[in-house]
Amino acid sequence: MFDFTEVNPMAINFLYPNYEVERNYDRCISCRACERQCANEVHEYLPDQNKMVCDDSKCVNCQRCVSICPTRALKIVKTNNTYKENANWTGKAINEVYRQAGSGGVLLSSMGNPENYPVYFDKILLNASQVTNPSIDPLREPMETKVFLGAKPKAIERDARGRIVNNLPPHLSLSMPVMFSAMSFGSISYNAHESLARAAEELGIMYNTGEGGLHEDFYRYGKNTIVQVASGRFGVHPDYLNSGAAIEIKMGQGAKPGIGGHLPGAKIIGDVSRTRMIPEGTDAISPAPHHDIYSIEDLRQLVYSLKEATEYKKPVIVKIAAVHNVSAIASGIARSGADIIAIDGFRGGTGAAPTRIRDHVGIPIELALASVDRRLREEGIRDNVSLVVGGSIRSSADIVKAVALGADCVYIATSALLALGCHLCGSCHTGKCNWGIATQNPELVKRLNPNLGYKRLVNLLTAWKHEIKEMMGGMGINSIESLKGNRLMLRGVGLNEKELEILGIKYAGE
Amino acid sequence: MKKVYVNEKWCLGCHLCEYYCAFAGTNEKDMARALKDIKINPRIRIEEKDGVSFAVSCRHCDEPLCVKGCITGALTRKDGVITINKDKCVSCYTCILCCPFGAIAPSEQGAVQKCELCVKSAAGTPACVKGCPNGAIVFEERG
Repeated sequence: MFDFTEVNPMAINFLYPNYEVERNYDRCISCRACERQCANEVHEYLPDQNKMVCDDSKCVNCQRCVSICPTRALKIVKTNNTYKENANWTGKAINEVYRQAGSGGVLLSSMGNPENYPVYFDKILLNASQVTNPSIDPLREPMETKVFLGAKPKAIERDARGRIVNNLPPHLSLSMPVMFSAMSFGSISYNAHESLARAAEELGIMYNTGEGGLHEDFYRYGKNTIVQVASGRFGVHPDYLNSGAAIEIKMGQGAKPGIGGHLPGAKIIGDVSRTRMIPEGTDAISPAPHHDIYSIEDLRQLVYSLKEATEYKKPVIVKIAAVHNVSAIASGIARSGADIIAIDGFRGGTGAAPTRIRDHVGIPIELALASVDRRLREEGIRDNVSLVVGGSIRSSADIVKAVALGADCVYIATSALLALGCHLCGSCHTGKCNWGIATQNPELVKRLNPNLGYKRLVNLLTAWKHEIKEMMGGMGINSIESLKGNRLMLRGVGLNEKELEILGIKYAGE
Repeated sequence: MKKVYVNEKWCLGCHLCEYYCAFAGTNEKDMARALKDIKINPRIRIEEKDGVSFAVSCRHCDEPLCVKGCITGALTRKDGVITINKDKCVSCYTCILCCPFGAIAPSEQGAVQKCELCVKSAAGTPACVKGCPNGAIVFEERG
């Protein structure tokens, strides 16, 4: 990589800052809270003038200063500095060329794909009962949102005296069809993990360790924990596998299908190093593939190795990214002995991914889900597994639509981080998260107080549960199980024949 | 009784408690109007060194040295809250010398000032507690 600034420190800067910090000097009281709370050092106090000034070029638009300013003196606006208008060469496209011409490096991004691809959830509408089939009022009548994840027994078995034998494979029991998806300790902070773990416990759902091992302090939340085994195998040992309620094998991630992970050595310090079981300062590199898995048969070996290690007491989840032939892959996984398949759509988040991969690889989760559910039903193996989908579930309506498209449960992560304060600035990879979420800097980590954070997560999902019940009640359905795969409750708008066919739904008015 | 307690583990050193305290002492509705171009003199102050920070305000001691030392009876303890009667205070600053926490300070109005748990200005939760962005300052009953 050739850095021009080494030869000519005054080289022309091709990049104009994306954002401008607008300060209303009539309202600014120079309390310096913005300056103290900005890890990017945008704000500065001039004591001789008793005045705050800013350097816009450092701003990532995380909104921390805006949120904390006691007099609402700040706002961040998109710069109106403009290149000559060009529908093909947008300002963003031009800037990315400038950045790479300056750095010689791969562009990195964080959080989910922000590009303008169709959001199928927004083109699907729900049904409601009128006249001939009564709707149900969830405030007056019982309404069941509980779900069980895992393989279903093939047949009823009886012993010699005719009594039913309990042949139920290991299951996860959830109070509602939502779980927090994998985010490793390392990619997110200790306090973020604690918030997720405590919220999962209070809500009766699961959170997921991600590939970073499980911090010793969090073993107590074991019955609400899914422990992950990924290609780097970081932090995996017998106690870890046995500490959780389920084990997840991560084959892929929606934000970066086909790509591994790389947590820089700078973040492998203290507890992170101990939890990952690697020396301090070493890069944690998760290879793109599992080097021992090149076929469904290989996957089956790992599934059974993990079951053997945990005495067949825990369901095994296999997580894959939604890619072109996802239904064929899912069909293989459903025959591999896995109990649950998790599919991550192309809008799923990440702590760091190459921009081109994040923005151009994978397929929408709605289409992947509908196609996998149909394929498994057609092949008569749908009951071998439960389906969990993630990759931008933004609201309770998305959950209801996902369940009606055939999902048993959804994974949420971005919406959980939003509840904790994330403003989707997409700079997780810089490690300077001003909200104390995607950072290991102790000064920043303490900004997320889990006593407040876990309550916000509990609030969010409690609200969503109420909304799910309202929507189910409107459709005259009193159990989430009756909604599962119930495509008659869905109608499409603005979709073409092919899209309707893949989703397996009718057009509005049909 | 309920008192203000600070957990330095969650204190971010943002100093907002000081500004909310100063604002609570004014009768303005709008913080910008109240504190614009003013050097504040709050009754709670952030102490910080080597990455540790926490807010300090009156502890409302069970055996308050300030009340014992007060030569005019301006400082009194009622229902556990120590308050200052500005009309009686002669600004001898004995209380400032007595207080082991440095929680009493001279005020611009020619008397001393201290945290009175917002009993005189706002009902309910003290302003510093309400304004703390990270739940580091709490108002609670402790044994």
